[in-house]
Amino acid sequence: MNFSSLYSSISFIKPEITISITLILLVVFDLIFQKKKTIIPIIALLGLFISGIFVINELYRSGFAFSLGNKRFGMVTIDSFGSYFKLLVIVTSILIVFFSYSSSEIQKVKDRLGEYYVLLFGMILGMLFLISSSDLILIYLSMELLSLSSYVLAGFTKLRDRNSEASLKYLIFGAVSSGTMLFGISLIYGLLGSTNLYDINIALRALNVDWFTFYFAVLLMFVGIGYKISAVPFHFWTPDVYEGAPISITAFLSVASKAAGFAFLIRILKTALVSGVEPDGTWQMIHSFDWKTLIAILSVLTMTLGNFTALWQNNLKRMLAYSSVAHAGYLLLGVAVLSDIGVESVLIYFAFYMLMNIGSFYIVMLIANKTGSEDINDYNGMGYATPFLGVSFAIFLVSLIGLPPTAGFIGKLYVFIALINSKMVILAVIAVINSVVSLYYYIRVLKHMFLTKSEKPLEKFKISLPNKVFVLVLVIPVLVLGIYFTPVVDLAKSCITILGF
Amino acid sequence: MEGFPILSLITFIPIIGMIIVLLLPGRSEKEIKYTALIATALQLILAIILLANFNYSAGGIFDKSSFQFVENYKWIEVFGGSWVGTIKINYFVGVDGISTPLILLSTIVTFIATISSWTINKSIKGYFALFLLLDTAMIGVFISLNFFLFYIFWELMLLPMYFLIGIWGGPRKEYAAIKFFIYTLTGSVFMLLVMIGLYFSATQTLADGSQVFTFNLLALMDPSNYTATGILSPLNPHNLRFLAYIFLFIGFAIKIPMFPFHTWLPDAHVEAPTPISVILAGVLLKMGTYGIIRVSFPIFPEITRELAWYIALFGVINMIYGALVALAQKDFKKLIAYSSISHMGYVLLGMASLTVTGMNGAVFQMFNHGTITAMLFLSVGVVYERAHTRGINDFGGLASQMPIYTGFVTVAFFAAIGLPSLSGFISEILVFLGAFSVASIRVLTIISTLTVVLGAAYMLWTLQRIFFGKLNEKWSSLHDLTGREYAMFIPLLIIVFYLGIYPNPMIHLMNTSVNSLIEFMSANAQHITALAGF
Repeated sequence: MNFSSLYSSISFIKPEITISITLILLVVFDLIFQKKKTIIPIIALLGLFISGIFVINELYRSGFAFSLGNKRFGMVTIDSFGSYFKLLVIVTSILIVFFSYSSSEIQKVKDRLGEYYVLLFGMILGMLFLISSSDLILIYLSMELLSLSSYVLAGFTKLRDRNSEASLKYLIFGAVSSGTMLFGISLIYGLLGSTNLYDINIALRALNVDWFTFYFAVLLMFVGIGYKISAVPFHFWTPDVYEGAPISITAFLSVASKAAGFAFLIRILKTALVSGVEPDGTWQMIHSFDWKTLIAILSVLTMTLGNFTALWQNNLKRMLAYSSVAHAGYLLLGVAVLSDIGVESVLIYFAFYMLMNIGSFYIVMLIANKTGSEDINDYNGMGYATPFLGVSFAIFLVSLIGLPPTAGFIGKLYVFIALINSKMVILAVIAVINSVVSLYYYIRVLKHMFLTKSEKPLEKFKISLPNKVFVLVLVIPVLVLGIYFTPVVDLAKSCITILGF
Repeated sequence: MEGFPILSLITFIPIIGMIIVLLLPGRSEKEIKYTALIATALQLILAIILLANFNYSAGGIFDKSSFQFVENYKWIEVFGGSWVGTIKINYFVGVDGISTPLILLSTIVTFIATISSWTINKSIKGYFALFLLLDTAMIGVFISLNFFLFYIFWELMLLPMYFLIGIWGGPRKEYAAIKFFIYTLTGSVFMLLVMIGLYFSATQTLADGSQVFTFNLLALMDPSNYTATGILSPLNPHNLRFLAYIFLFIGFAIKIPMFPFHTWLPDAHVEAPTPISVILAGVLLKMGTYGIIRVSFPIFPEITRELAWYIALFGVINMIYGALVALAQKDFKKLIAYSSISHMGYVLLGMASLTVTGMNGAVFQMFNHGTITAMLFLSVGVVYERAHTRGINDFGGLASQMPIYTGFVTVAFFAAIGLPSLSGFISEILVFLGAFSVASIRVLTIISTLTVVLGAAYMLWTLQRIFFGKLNEKWSSLHDLTGREYAMFIPLLIIVFYLGIYPNPMIHLMNTSVNSLIEFMSANAQHITALAGF
């Protein structure tokens, strides 16, 4: 690798470099300003904004970075598909910084705020690399970077036993799944002699592979992915970790971490396992293995189990955890279509999912800040104590159900469009029945907030202006994009290019 | 009237009212109530202006040029890559002889429901905000000519209705509200699938000659717009049109509500506050049958023809079953709710006849049922507000205590039974005439006339138990109607009498459209059958 190619490679990963520099700055400033930690979030925001600008500026740039020797393909692939997900992760991170700032949970451990942000940036860095890496080794490394930071963050506050439980559970499940994944990677390397996704694709096209071993290895890798996106049956950690972790981290895991996982899943399908793309955008898979059915089964299991288990939850964080499992199922439907229109629906869905999910978690946090509880029975009459939060929460939940005129409806609509366009009617029927089931537990929250009377009179509580602004920043797009969704759809349509095919 | 966006105004005036209500402080109850009243009154006035400018000779249904007060604006435009066509969704609204009576009905019923809402005393601000939002959604459904727009308005009704029943309802309100929500959402998600399926089956040629998939209902009605491979295209030998029809029909049938999907209705009615019951029975139920006439029938004429007998069968089951169950009710409101189910059966039977007479009867029955049931529910509200009970057997002899009220209720009951000179008679006789003229459903029609007897039985029996006989001493303090209550009953009474004696204006209003619908359907049913090569 010569100097000029290294230089051009580095120009591809400016956002990642910015995040790394910010991470170092955070450590330094944490040491310098022992007492005044208010500067820390500001630096974090600054770093995220700069990195976001880099992503936006080069949204449609594409190329390979860090090619070894004279190989065509690099370890990092830059394309608009990856940039979209990176943008999503960065926007989510910016929201999470504000989120952490008003979370009383995080403010209670103010003296360790520096560590918190350093770890958060570790996660972000891991996600950004996971999204764009096209080499199994780099994928594994970024996945570990992401996971290790999140294990610590899940138990970060140490305020309750639940925190440690969450952290440990996360760690154990994570260790098993990443071990399994690593085993899969090693098998693939042994079979095909390369860890680069593009080289793997070329080797597979030659078709003289031991297919049984190969699929076994890929399935082992899927365990790692399934764990990241909390797909059934690898979801067991989700409710406990989501309930035990600080709520800002829960929100982050439920959106950004999942986004990175999905980006990786789609990338591996479309670069390593695809043999061609038809003019209408459907992918032909190598060896005509029936990925469609496999992913469809996973997605049906994921959403059905997520929705049905959410019905019995009384803790709002746990309920939202299962709801995020269910949403992973809807997103998997978009992947199961195995076509460009499916990818587009995933991109659209994620943008809306980010808004509504972070919004819901934020409101749960604001209420927990006041009442110290996430139990649904403590929400009785809450809609009258704080009409603003009540109505906003109603809008987020309606959006999560997928009813018009909210953004969530458009997300679901596009998934169904993708399904019906490829004539997967039965899956579409299962998915809509699932949305009806989900109605029950989402609406149950509204029932407690507005319909059930509180036993003890609730005093009205004021929401500070910044918090109000934050909620509005999320609510307004949910409503506006529900009626006028062109900008997001346009962006998503322009970002479905995955380099290679 | 050229260029004056009267339909958008009728639809969105309540939204403006809602915004004003939300901006007013919660204390100023009077201002909130008057804002709602003015908004609904403006709507009513605009609806009357609409009627005055209506061109009676324009058919509508499938022909864009004969729709009236059309507004067609670009709304959503997404330019796609090569693999899927550009998405273009227009804000496309317009009315014809089928939607105009229903717009008229909704504005009248909502206005009266607003007057009836005067007695609401809990969270007034929230109540009227939701009420007005519901109002917009209802009118929106009747004016939409784009399936996507139609669906958005259709779904927009659910949440306000959930809260209106759930917060301001009776003792079992939570159960009733969630039941309503789950039933109707189940129906509408299936409708969503059909909507997407239709979208991918038909293309529309734009002015610049390019082809795009379309949600435009009128384009979807034209068989020549369908693609060869579309999932719901008649040209595709493996099409799923039959399944789609069933899905769509279930979506609408839940709203009607058609047996066996009716169980949400009695619960919702019993628990809902009076004005919401009035809206529910008066307007919301009509959306099911309106949807069938506007969407299912013209888009799937060949399957409609095939299944007409079954639709008629379910209509007759609704009529008789509703009446029988009503006969057994001890709760005044539940009785009215079941009578609603029975009366909506007439609409189904009339539609299924696929004759001009029957269809006229069906649309007319929709209007009449809206006004008559509104009166019936208002009657229940009046007595419930005073006595705080709805048990039919708890009353007796109210006629001597509340003579004017008794008079009004008697008229409403007679109208519901279908007594000549009241509007219900005309529409029912039209339905029977239309249905009887079709040989295949003649037997069903004969059986269905039993409903008239049953209807008279439960209505008269109820009348006797509540108003005649010995006065229960408990009720000796009940006072007769107040001025506000007169204001609710009298307009409806006038309509019921007027259309009973001189139904021509209403029939004239819908006749051209009904004719063109029937012609269009029979022509297209043959055309599509030929296309599919059956």
